[in-house]
Amino acid sequence: MTDLTEVLDLSDTTAPAATTIPDPGDAPDAPRRQVRGFTARQRFDLVGGGVAGMALAFLLFGWFAPLSGVIGWVVVAFACFLGLYMLLASLDSDAQDVFDRLASALFSSAGVALFGSLVFIVTYALTRGVEALAHPNFFVQTMEFAGPLDPLTVGGIAHAIVGTLIQISIALAITIPLGIGTAVFLNEVGGRFARFVRTVADAMTALPSIVAGLFVYAALIQAVTHERSGFAAGVAITVMMLPIVIRSADVVLRLVPANLREASYALGSSRVRTVWHVVLPTARSGLVTAVILGTARGIGETSPVLLTSGITAAMNTNPFAGPMVSLPLQVFDFVRSPEPTVVARGFGTAAVLLMLVLTLFLVARALGGRAPGDLSARQRRAARAASERDEQRFAMRRRAGSPGRATASQTPSAEVSS
Amino acid sequence: MGEASPRGALLDPLAIPSADPPDETEAPRRIASREPLSDALFRHSATGAGVITVAIMLAVGLFLSLRAADALRTTGWSFLTEQAWSPETNTFGIAAVLFGTVTIALIALIVSVPLSLGTSLLLSEVASGRLRATLVSLVDLMAAVPSIVFGLWGVYFLQAAIIPVSKWLSIWFGWIPIFAVTDASGQPFTDASAFTSSAFIAGIVVGLMVVPTQTSIMREAFSRSPIGEREGAYALGATRWGMIRAVVLPFGKGGIIGGTMLGLGRALGETIAVYMIISPIFTINWQLLKTGTNSVSALIALRYGEASEFGLSALMAAGLVLFLLTLVINFTASSIVARSRSGAESDD
Repeated sequence: MTDLTEVLDLSDTTAPAATTIPDPGDAPDAPRRQVRGFTARQRFDLVGGGVAGMALAFLLFGWFAPLSGVIGWVVVAFACFLGLYMLLASLDSDAQDVFDRLASALFSSAGVALFGSLVFIVTYALTRGVEALAHPNFFVQTMEFAGPLDPLTVGGIAHAIVGTLIQISIALAITIPLGIGTAVFLNEVGGRFARFVRTVADAMTALPSIVAGLFVYAALIQAVTHERSGFAAGVAITVMMLPIVIRSADVVLRLVPANLREASYALGSSRVRTVWHVVLPTARSGLVTAVILGTARGIGETSPVLLTSGITAAMNTNPFAGPMVSLPLQVFDFVRSPEPTVVARGFGTAAVLLMLVLTLFLVARALGGRAPGDLSARQRRAARAASERDEQRFAMRRRAGSPGRATASQTPSAEVSS
Repeated sequence: MGEASPRGALLDPLAIPSADPPDETEAPRRIASREPLSDALFRHSATGAGVITVAIMLAVGLFLSLRAADALRTTGWSFLTEQAWSPETNTFGIAAVLFGTVTIALIALIVSVPLSLGTSLLLSEVASGRLRATLVSLVDLMAAVPSIVFGLWGVYFLQAAIIPVSKWLSIWFGWIPIFAVTDASGQPFTDASAFTSSAFIAGIVVGLMVVPTQTSIMREAFSRSPIGEREGAYALGATRWGMIRAVVLPFGKGGIIGGTMLGLGRALGETIAVYMIISPIFTINWQLLKTGTNSVSALIALRYGEASEFGLSALMAAGLVLFLLTLVINFTASSIVARSRSGAESDD
């Protein structure tokens, strides 16, 4: 209470309230605060905590805790590490700092756990697949004459590779024109119906892939064709891929700067020419990325194919008749078998599928990942060459079209405007 | 485009009127109000693409509802409460499979939310430069890994490695009903085979599958939190964690909730990894660590082949319920994400 009255007294005696700006003086700015990075001491804490945590985990794990197995050990070691790290950090900093460092450690551990498990899952499939991949016949033969007891030197998955390619081609042949066309409609035509289309497309991204498969199974196979086929599988993949492609193409087209469109309209071009020569080329890399990522998702999808394509061991290149197996479905079929060699074939097939998806992803990264209008060095050179050509063309027209005005060639600006 | 040819720089706008005075006799430019034929064609074909898309998607919805109506008329509301699945005898319902679906999805969220929250904060606040770019594209790559690869890993690696953990949980936390693993008479199981193919294992695998979706949405929301408030927090002496707690998390709240729900939507619909791991049963199993669970999508994959016309209609009804569930979750999630996006812009 006394403090308060003192303060009040003080405020009463001073002049009427005014904002005072403290004199900065000529003291130099304090050094910039370090909010990222480590000092040597902190790094030592981290390493020390890690080593001590693991040591303690060996001790506790063997004798005290009724846990066994790798995962249990990792959990115990991690808990020990966190405790010891906090202890070490609290030796030289206050509570705020300790919590800060604990939080950073937790974020990094989440990242390590996630990326570690991703790399582990991918390499696990690849390494267990090597056994089957080592035999070249795996890529060129089919399973038609290979039984479950045959060694890995007989039989392969050529039929599944071909089946995947045919099915994804069918899906792409429908998805690309329809998906990009719908995205163009959403952005370039617009209106109330376009908003409805966007809502429906968003809703369909929620469709579970197995339900897409069930739909095609009941509506196409049971009602019309009465047999499973590659075409039905392609349609099922389409139903699943279409909303994904529409959504990402829509986002890409929305990023095209409006001033490019307006410039094109101001030059008097029609709507279709604006879309074809300005909007689509500007968004090209993004659209390609959208399609490729959609393809990667479609290729790896098992459940719609499970219901629609049927399983066969023989090569079938006719999508309209007879079952046609694809890579993910072949994996699924192989690993249901109790035979170790067949399971090895399954892992080999999964490795092929994974490599296909990885390749598609890398291609998408190499082509895309750029905002509209952000050109690579090569594209900039091409754009520069194109405008050089335009300028030469203008100069030639000028010489041919207006021979009378010889002096005009010195002032190109006048000619361009006329 | 920005780098025009050097000769283009010679263009001098001031020279235009003097060199070429405007022609007074020329009629004013006619602004066409009638669109040219090419534009009409373009507009109609673009609208056509939109119409076809909507038609396909409405066809899926309508077809599912119409076919599902057969089965739903037979059972009525007991479709939601019946556990068994035998359309041949007219006793079928999705209580057990829906329970399994939801438990697997919730376990998946328990696994995935801490991972994706930590990783997205790592990506938006801790990592920087090239490391961040690499990790962000790794997250995108993870979203493209086929689910069958996750399923293989779950069956052939995780199952054996996780059983000791399941056992430990059931021994020490067995007094909590969901962690208990008992036989019909209430005696605890200790045999490893009682712990295989459980909802717990399927949940972990599905959790890893939905982490990328959640991470990319949360990271986007976090990186959008305003720079002015961040610097204000630092200027008041906050540590990085203090800044994250005071600025990044409140601004990214919509992203956290929306990302979690979108992940939930994906987890509910996941088929093949779940189908490979679980051993299907048609009763509600509260013991999450014990063998045996089920999910709607696994039910469809399991029974579509042998289903009669009516059985198929019953499966469609199950699929329809799943679709409606994911639809509601997705729409709620995307409206939350969109709302958080509109408010969180900063003016530096």
